[in-house]
Formats: sequence, structure tokens, C-alpha cells
Amino acid sequence: MRRSVIPGFRLSLGITLLYLGVIVLLPLCALILKASDVGLTQLWGILSSPRTLSAIRVTVTMAAAATAFNAVYGLLLAWVLARYQFPGKRILDALVDVPFALPTAVAGLALTALLSKNGWFGGPLESMGIKVAYTPLGIAIAMAFTSIPFVVRTVQPVIEDLGTDVEEAGRSLGASDLQILWRVIFPAIFPAFLAGCSLSFARSLGEFGAVIFIAGNQPMKTEIVALLTYIRLEEYNYEAAAAIAVVMLAMAFTMLIITNAVQAWNLRYLTKGNA
Amino acid sequence: MADQRSNGAWMVTPVGAGPVVRRVVLGIVLVLTLLILIAPLALIFSSALSQGIAVFFRNLAEPGTQHAILLTVIAALIAVPLNILFGLAAAWSVTKFNFPGRTLLIALIELPYSISPIVAGVAYLFVYGTTGLFGPIIEILGIKVMFALPAIVLASMFVTAPFVARELIPLMQVQGTDEEEAAVTLGASGFATFVKVTLPNVRWAVLYGAILCNARVMGEFGAVSVVSGNVRGQTTTLPLQIELLYQDYNVAGAFAAATVLTAVALFTILIKVVLERFSPDTHGRAPGH
Repeated sequence: MRRSVIPGFRLSLGITLLYLGVIVLLPLCALILKASDVGLTQLWGILSSPRTLSAIRVTVTMAAAATAFNAVYGLLLAWVLARYQFPGKRILDALVDVPFALPTAVAGLALTALLSKNGWFGGPLESMGIKVAYTPLGIAIAMAFTSIPFVVRTVQPVIEDLGTDVEEAGRSLGASDLQILWRVIFPAIFPAFLAGCSLSFARSLGEFGAVIFIAGNQPMKTEIVALLTYIRLEEYNYEAAAAIAVVMLAMAFTMLIITNAVQAWNLRYLTKGNA
Repeated sequence: MADQRSNGAWMVTPVGAGPVVRRVVLGIVLVLTLLILIAPLALIFSSALSQGIAVFFRNLAEPGTQHAILLTVIAALIAVPLNILFGLAAAWSVTKFNFPGRTLLIALIELPYSISPIVAGVAYLFVYGTTGLFGPIIEILGIKVMFALPAIVLASMFVTAPFVARELIPLMQVQGTDEEEAAVTLGASGFATFVKVTLPNVRWAVLYGAILCNARVMGEFGAVSVVSGNVRGQTTTLPLQIELLYQDYNVAGAFAAATVLTAVALFTILIKVVLERFSPDTHGRAPGH
């Protein structure tokens, strides 16, 4: 390590490590410690119980549905923001940040009011026979709302940087619009798109505030993992809470590794493109 | 010559710019945005004001809501400055110096983004709760951490730890170390270098990170609902108060409280737009806040 002339290394690194240690790592270690106290057979019993399995299934499938929706809407939104000029574009660009800035409890409350029987959308939808609030569909919508910006904000800069020269090259070789889209543009934005989708999925798996308002929270039907953890705590069943929380932590780490791998691939892709 | 002309013709219509495609794509996006992003915002304000402005202010003046606002502001006043300090220290150490484990440290700084707030809340319970790691010591010392302000602040800090650092790290990486090295070589102290050279270069990013962090601290629900114990009128922050009012079927009261947080959110976005427009140092679009 080359010694830097700039002072303050020890102080800044000390503050950083102290803060991370006390605020982030200590609680995570305590959680893992608590879960390891539980014992493997009991742990297996908690996790393989029908209610836990159902909560995991509901959470994962609805997060996947939310991510699928965000993939399409987010991609179109990013395209429109990067490529089109139209009045109100700045407002649309700012609106993309609403789900990040708006507290999840407020989002949950508003979505529930919109989609329940007496709501602006819930009334017309129910007369068409579609129930949204207090069903798994409601969960998916709440998850989609809170994670829309991930896809848009990862893909948008890549489309902006893409430029039109590759398209022109494709066109000069006689490719049709669809061929250019599929063979030239989509491969270029795919790594970023995948990274945005995995971020969106990861966020949906852990979402709590927005979902519990709209889900109806019926065990075995519309109960998500985060809520089940919370319920076990309120029942003072700390072993079960720790066990389920560790499963959520494991899912988060898995998604983190996947996202990082995708982003590393993305970066390699971008540098190759520039060379 | 012919080639140049046709070259120009290709440039006129990039993919997706044809009038029909453009109209269809833009139409789909605008309709979806209206339904998904604008309708909830409109509903919050219209529900809060549905019984008139007088009732709206009476709902806001309710003691429970007033106390929740106060508690939320106090939590933000403690958590945000500490987070700014951490963000500056973290960004300074990982961008101005090269040391083994640097990449791992950056990954650790971003870790809270990927962890569910509920998991964070549960984890804190196993540190400071009665059956937790420090439970016995805390009981002997007679300090109240769990189900009180300290736990609310700590959980908020966990959730928002990356906010300022995430804004600063990419920016300070681009800026490099030349200016600081020049200042130090000319005899400036470390502190003077930081205040006179580094800080002016990153002040807008710090401001933006702090405002994002503030919005998230004020709006945090999952982690806080686990660690606060939800004692009415004592440990309910504003998002928790919204849930309490909603459970009491006081929907107008819940929406009145929600407008305060919505206003904070819209103000945050406004600041972001202004900073992106007028300052050169914050155009990074880091996803993940």
C-alpha cells in the first residue's frame, strides 16, 4: 500500500468501522446468533410449517409478478424519458422518484383506499369481477409501486448513452426496426435491465409497510414473510421470529450476490463497448 | 454524395421514433403513470381535505398526531446529522485512500439497502431486548433502549446508513485526490483541507443525501414498528400513527397525517430536481434509495 500524503485515514476509517459495526453488523450478528440457538430440528420445524411455507410462496410469487410488471413498464418509461421530447417530460422524470420518497405506510394507505370496494379504481374493477384489495393481486400491486424506480433508474442512463450510431449501422446493413431493436438495442441494455429487475425483486421480497395495508393479512392466503415475522414477535415467539428473519436475510444476501454478479457483468459489457 | 444523403435519411427516424410507435408508447406510459403514480398522490390530498380544510387542521392538531410529529422530527434531528458524519467519513476513507478490504467495505456500506426493514427491527430486538445480547447489562444500568426513542433512532440509522455515503462515493471517486494532495503539500492541515477543498466540491451531494435520508427516517415504518413497541401517544412516530388512526377507522385523520409525510416526500423530489438542474456535481443517477 502506497502511503498517501492526505491525512485523516485512521480517523475516517475508525468512524466508518465503528458506525457500521454498531449500527449494522452488531444487530445482524445478534440475529444470526439467536437463530443458531434455536437448533436445527426446531429450525426445520418452524420453516417447514404450512403457514411459513405459504407465506414464503405468496411473497416470492407476488414479488415475481411485481417485477414482471416493472420490467415492462419500467423499460417503456426509461425509453420514453431517454429518447422522446414532449411537454411535461421533466415532471414525468420527477414522478419516477415518488415511490422512493413516499413513505411505504403512506403508499400502502393510498393504494388500499384506491383499490378497495369504495375506491376510485376498486369500485369499477369489482363490478368487472376483479377484486384487488385484500387479495394476492393487491400485494403484487403494492410491491410493484414501491420498486418501479429501480428498473427505470438503472436502464435510463444506458439508453441515453447508447447513441444512434449503432442503429444507423444496423440500418445501413438493411435491418428492419424490429431487428435493430432485438439484435442491437436490447442486447446493449440487457445487463442493466437485468440488474434493475433483480433490485426490484429484492426490494419486493422485503416490503412491509405498503403491503400490509392492502393484503388483508389472512394466514395461508395473503400473509407475507415480513408480516409473519412481525406476528411471531408479537406472540413473544422469538425463536420463530429469529428463524424466519434469518430466512429473509438469506434471501436478501442471495439477491445481493446475484445483483452484484449481474452488475459486474454489466460493467464489463460497458467497458468492452467503449474500447 | 448519394451515400451522405441516405445517411441523413437514416438519422431522421431512429427506432421507436416513428409517429405511430411514438404515440402508442408515450400513450401507454402516460396512462400507466397516471393510474399508478399520480392517482395515489391525488387521493391522499383529496381524502385528507374531503371534509373541508377546518376538519383537516383539527385532525392534524389532535394530541396523538401532534406527539407523533414531534417524535418523528426528534428522531430525524438525531439520525440525520449522525448519518452525514458517517457518510463523510466513509466516503473520505474509501475514496482518498487505497487499502486492503476497500471493496468489501463499500459493499458493507450498501448492505442495509438490501435488507428488509423488518429484519433490521427484529435484529435490534436481539441486541437490546430483555432476552437480547446486551439485555442484562442494559437492565442493570437502568437505561431504556427498546420500545423508546433510542431504538427508534438506531433502527432508522440502520435503514438509512448508506444514503449520504452513496451520494458521495461515486462523486469523490471521480474528483480524485489531486486537489487535496496539492493543499496538503502547500502546508494546509487535514481539517483545513477537508473544509476548504473537499467540502465545497461535494456540498450539494451532501445536501441531497441528507434530504433523502431525512425523508426516509421520517417515513420509516417496518423497522420502527418492530422496535418502538407502538405505545399510543408515547412511541408512535408519524407512519405508525397513520396505521393506528386507520385501524381506528379514522380514515380522514390517517390521511391528514399522511399529507405531512407526502409533503416531505414531494419537497425531497423538488430539491432533487433543483439540485440536478443547477449544480454540476449531482447528476449521478444512483438507483436504490
